[in-house]
Amino acid sequence: MSALVSIENITHSFGATRVLSDVSLAIAPASYTVLLGPSGSGKTTLLSILGGFLQPGQGRVLIKGEDCTAMAPAKRPTATVFQDYALFPHMSIGSNVGFGLRMKGVAKAERDSKARAMLDLVGLAQSFDKKPHQLSGGQRQRVALARALVVEPAVLLLDEPLGALDLKLRRQMQDELKAIQKRVGTAFVHVTHDQEEAMALADHVVVMNHGRIEDEGSPERVYGRPATRFTATFMGESTIIAGVSANGMIGTAVGDFAAPQVTTHVAIRPEHVSIGHDIAARAVDVVYQGSFKRVTAVLQSAPDITLLARLPADATTKPGDDLRLTIDAAHVIALKD
Amino acid sequence: MTKLIATFYAAALYGFIFLPVAVLVLFSFQGSLFPIPPFNGPSLRWYGAVLGDQRLTTGLLNSILVAVVTSAIATLLGFLSAWGFARFHLPASAVLRGLITLPLTVSYLIIGMGLLIFFNWIGLPKSLVAAGIGHVVINLPLCFAIVYSQMGEHQANIERAARDLGAAEWQVLTLITAPMLWPALFASFFLSMTFSWDEFVISFLLTRFDTTLPVEIWNMLRAGLNPKTNAVGALVFGVSIVLAIVFELGMFRKRAA
Repeated sequence: MSALVSIENITHSFGATRVLSDVSLAIAPASYTVLLGPSGSGKTTLLSILGGFLQPGQGRVLIKGEDCTAMAPAKRPTATVFQDYALFPHMSIGSNVGFGLRMKGVAKAERDSKARAMLDLVGLAQSFDKKPHQLSGGQRQRVALARALVVEPAVLLLDEPLGALDLKLRRQMQDELKAIQKRVGTAFVHVTHDQEEAMALADHVVVMNHGRIEDEGSPERVYGRPATRFTATFMGESTIIAGVSANGMIGTAVGDFAAPQVTTHVAIRPEHVSIGHDIAARAVDVVYQGSFKRVTAVLQSAPDITLLARLPADATTKPGDDLRLTIDAAHVIALKD
Repeated sequence: MTKLIATFYAAALYGFIFLPVAVLVLFSFQGSLFPIPPFNGPSLRWYGAVLGDQRLTTGLLNSILVAVVTSAIATLLGFLSAWGFARFHLPASAVLRGLITLPLTVSYLIIGMGLLIFFNWIGLPKSLVAAGIGHVVINLPLCFAIVYSQMGEHQANIERAARDLGAAEWQVLTLITAPMLWPALFASFFLSMTFSWDEFVISFLLTRFDTTLPVEIWNMLRAGLNPKTNAVGALVFGVSIVLAIVFELGMFRKRAA
């Protein structure tokens, strides 16, 4: 599958601060790509470069094979959904959604009917004549989405689109975003720092840190087999334990595990640690999370090593209890250094 | 007791401010020839005399013309400069912003004199146009300050969204930025009107035959007081009050939005 968007070797600095270092990324047609990273990781800068709001210091952006690096936002086949929605406060919802078509010179009757159809798609057909201030945050978000989609961009860019919503609404909008993306078939590029959001939405997750791509791939791969230590701790929780590798194995304080390459650390997901018989440990913290208990334990043989475990919700473990734990060796991740 | 003193103090203070105006307005309704007690009105004869005086009605129309045209120009220029400062990285931006608002602190007399000398030098005769330019000079900083204070990063993002959807720069300005800042533009326009309407010094220095109402009133006062001066003063005051109320409404709408 040839790439719809190719980002080639982009480097960008704000003054003396380098925010992107030699970033290359391919985005497939009709895919949902999520750029995930902590603040300052460069993900929003990369999105701004894609949208044309920033000119990269070095590198190129190709969209449908065309070099768009120096093309103004208005000219390139992208549309952006802004974090604060950026609706036009003095215009009706219908005029907001129809604005892009108006700029393209589409006649009023046609743009109204297209705007109505798009509002219908996002479930706001009734709000055509309302003003933005009459809508809730979630509804404004949908208007922003409809306004960007109606111009039929090749790529839709979403800058932390769910950041301003409360948790419940955020999860609901997540499902809707994904459903809308599948329906319209446009490639979405979505920036977030919420790893749950990233896993729920993405076909392709791109984990960023310090202006570089740490890891990219399907959410299952990135979560299950993170390439780097940063990814292992940022995408979900992990215990990182040091060890010494030799002959395709790595020896650690909690056992020996397969290590395809020479490495010094392994990552162990809490859900792969269960009550068993191998490792003597003591629980130091137990947090009830509803569907499970999150237990922090220290090894009895090495009290400076802590291990996170996800135990069943009905486990009776209390802080101070002695435990025997088992690690599912098949899921232990040997980290690249 | 404290409350009584406070009430008395407030009454005295407002009396001090408004009593002269109240007396002026009262004696504009005087029935006899002199604006002094006893009051023997009310009568509208002096208002009739004002409206029958061609010099005053011409002055009135000139004042309205100058106020409307110069306020529109000052608001437009203030808006464009505020937009420039808010949206672009200009070299020495803070210094330039300071310079643009500087005329607010300079006395009208100095500005008027400066313009008089300058216009003399370039050969622009004393006229309503010259006075109008003076009014733009004094009102532009005000319009700039009001509009600039209302331009935030949030609106910059809204403009970005419009550009992203294909709007050219002039379309962003006319379809998005100006309508979004409408309350501030409205307030600037009416505050400029208020200042231009009863501005005297600059108009006095820069006009000759055709002049504005405050200058005509001054000409009239040189012939001594009569209730006609009161009547025309009351009219000027009334218009100022209306403009000030409209300005407040604009500012209030802006805060509500």
